[in-house]
Amino acid sequence: MSTASVPLPNWITYGLMPLLNLLVAFFISGLVVWWIGEDPLAALKLLIEGSLGRGDAIGFTLFYATSFIFTGLSVAVAFHAGLFNIGSEGQAYLGGLGAALVALALDRYVPWYVTMPFAVIGAALFGAAWAFIPAWLQAKRGSHVVITTIMFNFIGAALMVYLLVNVLIVPGKMAPETRTFLPGGQLPKLDWLMAWFGLKLGPAPFNVSFLIALVMAFLVWVLIWRTKLGYEMRTLGISPSAAIYAGIPYGRTVIIAMLISGGLAGMMALNPVMGASARLQVEFVGGAGFVGIAVSLMGRSHPLGIVLAALLFGILYQGGADLSFEMPNITREMIVVIQGLVILFAGALEYMFRPAMVHLYQRLKRA
Amino acid sequence: MSQHPAIELVGIDKSFGAVHANKNINLKVEKGTIHGIIGENGAGKSTLMSIIYGFYQADRGEIRIDGKPLDIRDSQTAIAAGIGMVHQHFMLVENFTVLENVMLGAEGGQLLAKGVSGARKELKRLETDYGLDVDPDALIEDLPVGKQQRVEILKALYRSADILILDEPTGVLTPAEADHLFKVLKVLRDQGKTVILITHKLREIMAITDEVSVMRRGEMVATRKTAETTVEELAELMVGRRVLLRVEKGAAKPGKVLLSVKNLTVKDARGVTMVDNVSFDVREGEIVGIAGVAGNGQSELLEAIAGIRKPASGEILLDGQPIANADPARLRALGLAHIPEDRHHMGLVLKFEEYENSVLGYHRDPRYGRGALLDLKAIQADAVEKIEKYDIRPPNPRLKTANFSGGNQQKIVVAREIERDPKALIIGQPTRGVDIGAIEFIHRRIVEMRDAGKALLLVSVELDEIRSLSDRILVMFAGKVVGEKTPDAGEQTLGLMMAGIAA
Ligand SMILES: Nc1ncnc2c1ncn2[C@@H]1O[C@H](COP(=O)(O)OP(=O)(O)OP(=O)(O)O)[C@@H](O)[C@H]1O
Ligand SMILES: [Mg+2]
Repeated sequence: MSTASVPLPNWITYGLMPLLNLLVAFFISGLVVWWIGEDPLAALKLLIEGSLGRGDAIGFTLFYATSFIFTGLSVAVAFHAGLFNIGSEGQAYLGGLGAALVALALDRYVPWYVTMPFAVIGAALFGAAWAFIPAWLQAKRGSHVVITTIMFNFIGAALMVYLLVNVLIVPGKMAPETRTFLPGGQLPKLDWLMAWFGLKLGPAPFNVSFLIALVMAFLVWVLIWRTKLGYEMRTLGISPSAAIYAGIPYGRTVIIAMLISGGLAGMMALNPVMGASARLQVEFVGGAGFVGIAVSLMGRSHPLGIVLAALLFGILYQGGADLSFEMPNITREMIVVIQGLVILFAGALEYMFRPAMVHLYQRLKRA
Repeated sequence: MSQHPAIELVGIDKSFGAVHANKNINLKVEKGTIHGIIGENGAGKSTLMSIIYGFYQADRGEIRIDGKPLDIRDSQTAIAAGIGMVHQHFMLVENFTVLENVMLGAEGGQLLAKGVSGARKELKRLETDYGLDVDPDALIEDLPVGKQQRVEILKALYRSADILILDEPTGVLTPAEADHLFKVLKVLRDQGKTVILITHKLREIMAITDEVSVMRRGEMVATRKTAETTVEELAELMVGRRVLLRVEKGAAKPGKVLLSVKNLTVKDARGVTMVDNVSFDVREGEIVGIAGVAGNGQSELLEAIAGIRKPASGEILLDGQPIANADPARLRALGLAHIPEDRHHMGLVLKFEEYENSVLGYHRDPRYGRGALLDLKAIQADAVEKIEKYDIRPPNPRLKTANFSGGNQQKIVVAREIERDPKALIIGQPTRGVDIGAIEFIHRRIVEMRDAGKALLLVSVELDEIRSLSDRILVMFAGKVVGEKTPDAGEQTLGLMMAGIAA
């Protein structure tokens, strides 16, 4: 408490402290691994090798990271306006429908780079549309966006299953999925990018959406810190009463922020749907929307932080999968526990070491 | 009994980055005295007190309590050493009762029930001993600020404070509440407690302190026995030049009616009528002051005119245009500026950097960026200009607003609204927490606005301020305008009207 207002240099706040939090998270995870009878150091080695050791491992890591960048940005944009969008999961799911409809419509006629911009727009539009009703309810009726977006996750899931099973399914097939897109409806892999670093991508689905994600990260930065709309969103997010004083329209700002947030979540679908499986399948989002909350939290709602946090979670996802394959004692659930610890220490307990840090820093400065 | 000073500071030094807030401060506060501390905005008063209270730690120097050096690393140490502090902005839990707030952090044991009955008894004793009566079961949010402040003092006393620090306690109080506070402080002193009082009001210093110390730009420049100094000397010590303690202005030359309020009624969220069928005009080139005890509808009236609160009925006209349902953005576009009463709640986003706040409400102006983008260079250049003109310290547009001293935060708001050169300006408590030099400056700017033909509406709990600035004074009581007076009306007359006694 008493140290909360003492300023610390940025390299401590944004460099040292997150690193320390991460180390503690890994240390505790190590204890858990040791407790179930495995060697923590060997596990760590497997985790790192499994995620960064080979070209295809890196490819998978970056593939996951791409999805997390989109959903992390989605959560962050809403958060800056003081809104907690838990619905990125459902918005991404619907975004998949938008992307798939574009791909199905165009893949026969044009090459991928013509389809791509339409697919980006389609994914964003469908994601945004799915955020619109919760946004409108929040803006006009005061229904809390946390509750409504959770509900819309369920509604979205049901709707998508219905559409896939009854409408989009290929006649005569069992699997609830669309037909496979032709190359004109696929986003190509980034083997050339990997080749720059002398790496082979192999079967990993690392694709052009990664570059779209980076562009979006930059655009979000511009939006939040360089535009009038971003200024209004931040004012509303930090001080609703100052926003009223300043004449910033509450309803309009809330709705726009949520539409952008939903749009970014929707674009996440480009990665798995058009970049990896080349078709729309059930449950392709796979929790990436929720990981986005952790990523945004850990990245302090800043696009750069989000990209870094998304990479970390990409490593945990890919390395974790490899780890549980190699060390059967460490199950999928164990990996989730480790991810939980990272979220706990790097996100929720972000200020745990601050008081100690302040004392240490002041002592050093006095000396 | 040895006669060590209650507090002695030796060579206290504190910097925040490039800002040197306290420079080698030496200070002795004798036991059983009331010691005033004055100084310009940003002189380092609050910082120094926060160091004594363990909120900040000094980079160098020593604090001696009762002659013994003490390393105060946090507030707990300070409390244990018998130091209590009432902050400029209260630190109470709004939806707790008085009793719960007093006990918070000093519950005494795991079982609440035992502590509660003991605490209730102790609270009653303190209340009667010091004349600090408040209902122990009232919720904080239902209490007026004056009572909330009593709770803060009770909190400190409950923790058996021997040394009580008050940081600008009278800024939000009505004159009657302030008088009562001073009575309490005298009782405390007579019982052997030590009081440190920070204030910008030299009259208060003269009325109640035994000694007074003056800070300027981080340094302690003088300590005087109050009986041996004068207001003029103190003002000069503080600012480093002679200060005009009166407002100089010529006669008003009122023009056409610019702002007109007709049969305005405003209700609060619970439907209670706060402004009751009020009508008045403000002409170009005049300052209309609204006098009244806080809570008699002035705040709601200001908010209704500023478009923040929708009126229940009635009309507001700006230059002939009806504006009762216009939002603040449109009102600004029409040339109505607003200095809100509460800078922290409305006028500023404390987490923003200074330059971001310097355009709050005007950020859509093409001058600050064409199209959707903000032109940060233009905004910062604009902010620097205002910083220079209003002597906002430190002169750094990139500093987080929360890190400016209270008075400098106020100047940020005042500069923003006045420099827009609006047609009409509505002003709530323009000089709350502002030092005398800056008050002189702000008052001069307000009079200049008048002389340039603007219409100004002023609300202030400082009767002095109302009387010295206004060309006409309306008195509000219980939501109604109960009378109109000229500024030469006596303080007595106005006081009675404000109390609802005479019209
Ligand atoms: N946490 C902080 N970070 C950076 N600068 C700070 C911080 N707190 C205070 N300062 C700076 O230190 C200086 C002294 O501030 P302080 O609040 O002590 O002034 P003050 O004398 O209480 O003024 P006022 O009368 O306006 O309340 C100011 O220049 C202020 O901007
Ligand atoms: Mg202060």
